[in-house]
Amino acid sequence: MAIFSLNNVTLRGISAAVPTNCFDMQNYGWVSKKEREQLIKTTGVRYKRIAPNGMATSDLCFDAAQKLLSELNWQANEIEVLIFISQSRDYLIPATSCILQDRLGMPKTTMALDISLGCSAYIYGLSVISSLIGAGKLKKALLMMGDTSTFGSYRDKTTFPLFGDAATVTALEYDENAKPMHFNLQTDGSGYDAIIVHAGGARKFPNKKSLEQKQIAKGVWRNELQPHLDGLKVFNFSLREVIPNMKTLLSNTQYEINSIDYFILHQANLLINETLRKMLKQESDKWPYSIKKYGNTSSASIPITIVSELKERALQPMRLMLTGFGVGLSWGSAIVDTQNLILPDIIEKQ
Amino acid sequence: MDTVNDFIKRLEEQFEDLPKGKLQPDSLFREVFDWNSINALIIIALIQTEYEVVIDAEDIRKSKSINDLYQIIVSRKS
Repeated sequence: MAIFSLNNVTLRGISAAVPTNCFDMQNYGWVSKKEREQLIKTTGVRYKRIAPNGMATSDLCFDAAQKLLSELNWQANEIEVLIFISQSRDYLIPATSCILQDRLGMPKTTMALDISLGCSAYIYGLSVISSLIGAGKLKKALLMMGDTSTFGSYRDKTTFPLFGDAATVTALEYDENAKPMHFNLQTDGSGYDAIIVHAGGARKFPNKKSLEQKQIAKGVWRNELQPHLDGLKVFNFSLREVIPNMKTLLSNTQYEINSIDYFILHQANLLINETLRKMLKQESDKWPYSIKKYGNTSSASIPITIVSELKERALQPMRLMLTGFGVGLSWGSAIVDTQNLILPDIIEKQ
Repeated sequence: MDTVNDFIKRLEEQFEDLPKGKLQPDSLFREVFDWNSINALIIIALIQTEYEVVIDAEDIRKSKSINDLYQIIVSRKS
C-alpha cells in the first residue's frame, strides 16, 4: 500500500491564474432552460473561465510563478526542482516543464519534469516533489499544475458545463522543523476509459476524420480529440473509493478527524462532493468550494480552492486534508500542516 | 427502515417540480422523471446519503419501477 509520511518539507505559498474570459452557465444555449438550471444546480458550476486560442496552461503557470516568486521574495535562480503536471501540455514533445524552466529564467542546474495526471495531480505532485526535497535536501521547489480543458465540445452537455481553465503554482522548501506530510495514493487503471481523449496519442494518431464531430447521445456531440466523460462511472467510483481512502489515511496517522481544519477536495461536481461530505459527516464550513466561480479545473482544483477560499485563514496554523480523485482512475489523500502560507490574489490573464 | 412510501417522499423532496402523489411504487421512473443521466446521479446520491447504500449504473439499468429501486435498498440494508 502506498501509505507513507514525508518529513522536512514545508508549503510556503500557492498562487493561481485564470483567463479573464468568463462564461456564465446561464448563457449555455445548447440545452433547454430547464436542463440548464438542473445542470447548474447539480454540477455547482455557475461561472467558468475559458482560455482563448493559443493560451496554454503553461502561460497561466508562468504568470502565477512570477507572482509567487515575487511575493515570497524568492529568485528564479534558487529553484532546484520544477514539476509540471497537466493533461493539456504545450506539445506532445518536449516536456512543458523544460520550456517553463527557461522562460522563468531558472538555471540549468534545475531539475524539471512533467507528470501526466488530472484530478489526483495535486496529491501525487506533492508526494513526488516533497520526496525529492526531503531525500535530496533540495532547498526550493515549484510544483506547477493546471489545465485548459475547455477545448472540449460546446455541443457536449456531459463535459462543457463542468470544466473551467486555471493553473496554479505551489512553492515548497526544505525545513527541518516541518511537520510531516502524510499520503495515501491509489490507482485503478481498469477504469482508464471513464475520462479519456481517444485520439491524438500514440495509441491512435489523429487522422482526417479526427476533427469530425459525431453524435454520441442526445445533446452529446464531440470529435475524438475532445474529452469523453462517463459521468455515472466516475460518480460510482467516487462514492466507492474516496471516503475509504480518506478514512484509511486518518486512521494511519492516528489524527482525530476533528483535528482537520479543512477538507479540500478535488472540485469534481457539487453533487459528488456534497454526497462525500455527508458520507464523512462533516459540516459545510470545513468543506470549501471554488467550483461555483471556476468550475472543475482538473489538476488546479485543489490548490485554487485553497487560494480562493482560505486566504483569510492562511497565516494561522491549519491542518488540511487534501483529496483528489478522477481520471486514471487515480486517487489519493494527503494531510498537510501549514502556517504563514502565502496566497497571492488570483491573477486574471488577458 | 423506511417503507416504499417513505422512499417516495424523499424522492419528491429531491425533485421539487414533480407533482405530489404522481410517484407510485409501480411508477416507471424513466417515464415520470423526463429521464436523463443527471437524474440517475441524483437518485444514486440520495440513496447513498439517506440509506448508506451504494447502487451503481448497472442497478439503475436493471430497474424499471420505483419499487425495483426500493427493493435494492432493502436487500442491501439487510
